[in-house]
Order: sequence, then C-alpha cells, then structure tokens
Amino acid sequence: MGNVAFHTATTVDEALALLGDGSDARVVAGGSDLIVQARHGKSLPGTVIAIHRIAALDHLESADGLTLGALTSHATIAADAAVRATWTALADASALVGSHATRNVGTIGGNVMNASPAMETGGPLIVLGASVTLRSAAGDREVAIEELWTGPGTTSARPGEICVAVSVPTQPANTGSAYVRLEYRRAMEIAIVGASACVTLDDNGIVTDAKIALTALAPTIIRSPGAEVAIVGSDGNDDALAAVAAGASADAKPISDLRANEDYRRAMAGVIAKRAVAVAAQRARGEEFPIPATPVFMKGSGR
Amino acid sequence: MKHAATLTINGMAYPVELDGDTTLVRAIRDDVGLTGTKEGCDDCECGACMVLIDGRPVNSCTYFALQAVGSEVTTVEGLADGETLSNLQSAFLDQGGVQCGFCTPGMLVSAHALLRENANPTEEEIRLALGGNLCRCTGYAKIASAVMQAAKASV
Repeated sequence: MGNVAFHTATTVDEALALLGDGSDARVVAGGSDLIVQARHGKSLPGTVIAIHRIAALDHLESADGLTLGALTSHATIAADAAVRATWTALADASALVGSHATRNVGTIGGNVMNASPAMETGGPLIVLGASVTLRSAAGDREVAIEELWTGPGTTSARPGEICVAVSVPTQPANTGSAYVRLEYRRAMEIAIVGASACVTLDDNGIVTDAKIALTALAPTIIRSPGAEVAIVGSDGNDDALAAVAAGASADAKPISDLRANEDYRRAMAGVIAKRAVAVAAQRARGEEFPIPATPVFMKGSGR
Repeated sequence: MKHAATLTINGMAYPVELDGDTTLVRAIRDDVGLTGTKEGCDDCECGACMVLIDGRPVNSCTYFALQAVGSEVTTVEGLADGETLSNLQSAFLDQGGVQCGFCTPGMLVSAHALLRENANPTEEEIRLALGGNLCRCTGYAKIASAVMQAAKASV
C-alpha cells in the first residue's frame, strides 16, 4: 500500500486517456472487487482511475430492449419494474448480490468485467442473450457475453478497453426466466452452485426454446446443452425436469474447494437447474413467483 | 503518492492528505479521527465499518477514501443530535441490543438507513437489511427487537 496514483474521471474519454495502454492502470467503479483482491495479494496497479462519477455511464433504458450503463448498480437493477417483469432472472440475481451495501456500490459493468465464474448476474445475462459494449480510443465494439469470459477473472477485453454498457434484447412473448442459487446464508454469499433458465412456450404450453446456464460449476459460467435439450418440446412435466437435472449434472465441470466438494456441486447442479427451469416456466405461463426466486429461510419467513 | 482532498463527514469538511489506495475506513479513523466506525474483517464481509455515502450504506473498508470526495459521508457519530441519542440508539440500550459493542456502529448505520426507507419494517425485513452486519456475540434477537422498537417509536 502507498504508492498509487488516484484519478477521478468524469467522462469516458478522460478515463480512456488516463488508462492509456492499460499496462499499469485499472478502472474502479464500486471498488468491492478490486480492493478485496488487492488485500488478497493481487497488487494494485500504479494508477487507479475511479469512474463512479461518470454520469453518462449510470443509466437504465428499457423501451427497446434493456440497456444498462456500466455503472448501473445492483440495487437499481433489482428494483426496476421493467427488469423484474421482462428480464426477471437478472432481477433475481441482482437482488441476491452481497448485502444492501454491496448492491449500492456494486455495478453491472464491474461485475461482468471481474469475470468470476460464481458471479450472480452472469448466468442470467447468458440466458437472456446479453452483450457488452467495450470502448477504447479506437471506438466501440460489441461482444456477446458468452465470448467475454475466457477463464476465472479473465476476459477477452483488450488492454485499454472500458466496459461502457450491457445490453439485453427484448424477449419473445410467453418467455420467462429465473436465477436460482444454492447458498449457505442469504447475505454476503456467493453461489455454491447457481442455475439460470430462460424458456419460451407456445400457445399450448410446450417449450419451444430454452437456454440454461450453470454458475460456479466450471472455470467460466457455461451453457448446459444437455439440460436445454431435455426441456425443449416438453410441457415442463416432472420427467422432463428430471432429465434437465441429469443434463445439468452431466454438463457441470465442478471443482472442490472450501465451499463445497466436486461431487456435492455436481449433484446440486441438477437440483438447482431443475428449480430454475420450473420457475422460468411458471413465469412464462404468466404466474407470479417471488423475486428473488431463491427463497430465504429465517424466523418469521413467509415461505 | 499523497493526494490533498476534502472529505465531508457528518456535515463537517475535513481537509486530508491521502495515499491513493487508502480505504475510507482508515481515512475516517486515522486521518479524521472519528473512531466510532470499526474495522472488523477488513474484507467486506462483517459490516462493522458501515457508513452512509449520500444516504446509502456502504462498507467503508472496501471503498477508496478518495472515491468519497464530493459525497456526504455519515458515520455513527452523525446519528445522534448532539448529546441526544436517536430513537434507534436509545432502543438499542433499552432492548440490550449491545453486547461487546464492536458491531454496534455498523448495525446502527444499516438500521438507520432501513428506517429512513421503510419506517415500519417487518422482522424479516429488518433481518434482511442487517444481513451484511455480523454480530460475533450473536445477539441478533435483541438487535432486531431494538430496530422494531425504534420503528414503533417513530411511526
């Protein structure tokens, strides 16, 4: 600690100029990942560029698809009526991040660029078909969220690029989505395993399209083709859900760590994926399901 | 590298000279000298360092002090009106919501923010709002009772 230059940028251009080639500088939005990592041995760069005052990056538009400025906080996303109605899995996830304090400072841009395979919002962004806009001196480029993450903590962003927005397309009619996680406690928790599902139904209640993603079950958040195949064409009955569970467990590539061992994670991958698909289908049918979809169990809890 | 800056805490302007990587909790305690805010885990887990930044609870151990320049910071010292405790602080005393006391400043700050947003919370809402605050004495029941009492007193 000590020899770090600190700048507060008020425009993206100013931040890009300070970032330069990105070799000895990093941008910080909320700080909740960067500072914790610095404390755990990942040293800070010579220059820290605070971007939290860039007003142009703090916006949420939902008229034509969802556009989230990179500084949109988890608290804002979780409370937004349009996100809750249309991109519900993202609301489920944002409502579960950390604590009230974490959700106030934590941003969607910081979350996706931190590239944790256990991040809550990542699975929902995959199943909802999101992309990120990365800006550099050379201009903007759009990267599909599935192309962004290359490993734990690593992205395909080039040095000198800043994430300025996360975009999520409009969803088809009769579509519902959900994010469910296995947790040991509610607050300041990270998914032991998590699953996201987005399903579209036809007029007869048959699943015509499904995207399912697994969290904390591989070096990056991954799609589960086995689970997706198992649910498409069905009406979401118990047999189909059992096949979803088997598919998700088979596609998972978990590790053992202090939070859970590999076998437990693999077994729970199926259980949690099945719950996520069931809630997504319920929402696609227009039935209410509480947000976040992961129930909280405590004294005085209604469910 | 020292950066000259002004932190606004509990309505007072404090000129400080800070390293770029100084966290807000260290600046509040060491540079400004307000020691009500506690450094517990120093890892964004326990909530003992909770302060309000522009009215919203934030873990000050995991926020650069220089990020707070231009914002209003409120610490536990800012909750009382001079020598008069707030309803919430009095309720903690009435209900025995303080054991060793180390988590208390953070609990008060989080509960204060909750009551400003939701003047009449349920016990579940209180427990969720205090989810980012750990009490190593595990005195949660009395802390929740204290927040309930304060809510009743102000409704």
